[in-house]
Amino acid sequence: MNKEENSKENESLAIEAHGMVKKFGNYMAVNGVDLKVPVGSIYGLVGPNGAGKTTIINMLATLTQANDGTIKIFNYDVKKENNIVRQLIGLTGQFASIDENLSAIENLMIFGKLHGLSGGEAKKRAYELLEEFNLTEHKKKSVEKFSGGMRRRLDLAVSLISEPPLIFLDEPTTGLDPRTRAQLWKTIRKLVEKGSTILLTTQYLDEADQLADRIMLIDHGQVVIDGTPDQLKDSIGAESLQFTVRNIEKVNEAMKIVEKILGVEVQQVEDSNVTAPMTQIDKLVDILNELNKANIHLSDVHIQKPTLDDVFMTLTAESIKNVPGEK
Amino acid sequence: MIPKNIIPANKRELKNYIGIGTTIKNTLTLTHRALLKMIHNPEVFFDMTLMPITFTLLFAFIFGGAISGNITNYLPTLIPGVLIMTFVTSCGSAGAQVREDADKGIMNRFKSMPIARIAPLASILIADFVKYAVAGIIVFVIGFLLGYQPDAGIIAVGVTILFLMFITWCLSWVFAWVGMIVKSASTVTSVSTMMMMPLSFLSNALVPVETMPWWLQWFVNINPLSHVITAIRLMLTNGTVGLDFLVSLGCCFLILIIFIPLTLHAYKKK
Repeated sequence: MNKEENSKENESLAIEAHGMVKKFGNYMAVNGVDLKVPVGSIYGLVGPNGAGKTTIINMLATLTQANDGTIKIFNYDVKKENNIVRQLIGLTGQFASIDENLSAIENLMIFGKLHGLSGGEAKKRAYELLEEFNLTEHKKKSVEKFSGGMRRRLDLAVSLISEPPLIFLDEPTTGLDPRTRAQLWKTIRKLVEKGSTILLTTQYLDEADQLADRIMLIDHGQVVIDGTPDQLKDSIGAESLQFTVRNIEKVNEAMKIVEKILGVEVQQVEDSNVTAPMTQIDKLVDILNELNKANIHLSDVHIQKPTLDDVFMTLTAESIKNVPGEK
Repeated sequence: MIPKNIIPANKRELKNYIGIGTTIKNTLTLTHRALLKMIHNPEVFFDMTLMPITFTLLFAFIFGGAISGNITNYLPTLIPGVLIMTFVTSCGSAGAQVREDADKGIMNRFKSMPIARIAPLASILIADFVKYAVAGIIVFVIGFLLGYQPDAGIIAVGVTILFLMFITWCLSWVFAWVGMIVKSASTVTSVSTMMMMPLSFLSNALVPVETMPWWLQWFVNINPLSHVITAIRLMLTNGTVGLDFLVSLGCCFLILIIFIPLTLHAYKKK
């Protein structure tokens, strides 16, 4: 019974990884990460530069071997059955992984043939994808002359040639303008409707919030927190107080006052912007009174529903504090 | 629009090995890719075309009279010399190309695909055959225009070009390996030039060995390139395969035995 349930769970997982570790010399790039991605979902890996996102993707996509841990893709082991895994995945890397010197159609056809399509099939598939990604009129143009957005679209199109059930997108929208980004989001959602599973990394929390069914925050190669976007937001309290101090020299004093009243940690976001989690909104009056008494003037004050940025700031700040030897 | 739905992982036909047929198919597809890149970037042929033309003209008109009395008499010495100089300077280009690919995101894509590991590497080395053939033909054409007619005829010319293509291909494995261990693609080109330039000048490529001091003669005689040049001179004048020809081929096989495994090892680790 139990066993049966277990195998059922395995079948419905596109990615199942336990205790992934990757070391580069003495540096722990990824340090014991577990990951479970159900079939048909969008999973977001979020973290700052150097958090280990790309290394995780590289291990999952058979590019580098993990030093420790087990990784299964659709229940196939990435070490022992790497060629099977490669037939099931599509990868769009952080750096354009297409041929600069070739045209769009040549790129698509060569990768089509590498996936075992015949010349005719590769051509047909290439035209379908050009159409899908609005690149038909640029098919003969050399990729060198492509804009950033066109490159990303072609890059993604190449990943979809084999219609893989699992797609890795490493920072797919970094550096794209808002319109192109929205288009890519639409494509990603459409892929999932057709039955693909997607693991994407991003530095933009709002992107993960928009797209992902589940999010994992990572920092220093470790999981900070994972869950649905709502769970993550709930985890740091309902709302937050944000205010801007007019006189920058008084920021510290203001922070102390707020800390004393709310009894929570207050964070300085930018020079004179301060944010603090706030559960009791009626305390706002006390805060304003106290600040007034101390002759601290605010140029802006508002209560905001938490964004994932707050979650990230709060939790990574904690993890920095918890690193031994650092204060 | 992608009309159909994506086939789930458990309903696909999958295999965990890559057969020899797929390996060959992958290599051919990627060779096609490398050739397309050459067509889109015809500059890669410039150095292979300009160098033999300038070298032949320069040496023929400067040294021809001094060494052989006149230009026509010098050509049977010079043409094999220029041939070898052209070929050896191009043997680093494949290594540089391999390295350039390895540094780009495209290598990650190749690695994440169910294709033969060796195909991206092998295809570049195979595609360079086209460059070598072009270089060989150009040298003979310019020689012919200056009045060079090899005694052994057109078949000997064909054999010579094939022989040199094979030798250069073997040497290119050395630089494919260099490409895997140095820091950047441009280093490969400078390493190959630094190694091959002196080797091709300190040989019997341009002048008779007897005119050199004894210690230089000693080096010139052990320089493998001298043996290659002697071999093609004999081929082009008598149409026969001499000892030097066989020795050169032997050296090439030795290079292949050492450097193919070394290159593949370094390549897989990357």
